[in-house]
Amino acid sequence: MTTKKTKWGALAAVGVLVIAFGWLIYGGLDSNVVYFLTPKELLAKGAEGYDKPMRLGGQVKPGSVVWDEQKLDLRFAVTDGTGEIKVHSKGAPPQMFKDGQGVVVEGRYGHDGVFKSTSVMVKHSNEYKAPAKGERPSDMYKSLMKSPAT
Amino acid sequence: MSPAPSGQFGPPKPAPNWLGWLAFLFFIFVQVYSVLTSPADAMMGHLQKNMYVHVPAAWVTFGAFGVVLVASLYFLWKDDERADLLAASAAEVGSLFCGLTLVLGMLWGRPTWGVWWSWDARLTSTLVLFLIFVGYLSLRSFVEDPHRRGQWSAAVGILGAINVPIVWMSVQWWRTLHQIQSSPRGLAPEYLRGLMLNLAAFTLLTIWFIWRRYEAARYERAAEHAAQAAALGGYNG
Repeated sequence: MTTKKTKWGALAAVGVLVIAFGWLIYGGLDSNVVYFLTPKELLAKGAEGYDKPMRLGGQVKPGSVVWDEQKLDLRFAVTDGTGEIKVHSKGAPPQMFKDGQGVVVEGRYGHDGVFKSTSVMVKHSNEYKAPAKGERPSDMYKSLMKSPAT
Repeated sequence: MSPAPSGQFGPPKPAPNWLGWLAFLFFIFVQVYSVLTSPADAMMGHLQKNMYVHVPAAWVTFGAFGVVLVASLYFLWKDDERADLLAASAAEVGSLFCGLTLVLGMLWGRPTWGVWWSWDARLTSTLVLFLIFVGYLSLRSFVEDPHRRGQWSAAVGILGAINVPIVWMSVQWWRTLHQIQSSPRGLAPEYLRGLMLNLAAFTLLTIWFIWRRYEAARYERAAEHAAQAAALGGYNG
């Protein structure tokens, strides 16, 4: 009967598509999708790491942030605990940018050993907690934009 | 192979009005309640409130596309046009919530991450999910024959639903800008309450929407059958 044939044909087609799609995702993409490199990985690339558009991810090294409010000039170091790379960026950082914060920066790693960033993104943790006693969240929110001297 | 005559299944069971009222009133109550009763987050202040709607919107999206998967498989198996209509209704509602998830996420991402959008695995796979189901819905309007429409869209619906676990696991499998799933331990209890109440509210709304849409789809299909029968020579006068 044609109905039976059509049904099994459709099921077989779906099966083939499912397998192809699954292979693409698991086999093909897994090794290629690297959203950002860590400082250690970028340094390990040696000469190949320079002057290519890429993303660098890690933590803002505590105490490394130098923010010039007049010139909108931001310098800091990104670290993954092992490696560390200096980053230079123009423009104000996102509001939640601070020491120890996870960040992803887009740009190019220059031959001078400074990563020239065109965009700084703050990675947010998956934890949510209320401020401790005596802390006012509105104050904390504002203080994130202040100079790191404090 | 001949399409089922109209009225084969009788009229659909109507979605009860009380369910609609309950869903909408509960939804409004939960928004007011959860916003008023929870403190600002230590890191991001009241931006945290966005989690109450973004996360449940994503969950009901997954649920709706799960319904598409089961209904599509059932349609291919049993050839029951009601399953096709249920899949289409769930796909429509799922697309709505998927779009909402993306928009709410972007509204949160701009002040938190500093960007509206980034091509990381979570964001990209969610957009792909949205596009697959928008494609699914447009495919349905292109195919004239209801039976063939059901088969083709079932194939696309199953493929699209496979993307759901990929979206869910993307933050674990790949490095992303998007944070991994929050666990109840990482969530202060006052936030967990707002999240769970919203999950219930979103689920009720989703059930109501899909049911109503399915009801309408059944009448649309009955009209389609009647028009076809009339064109074929005045079936039933």
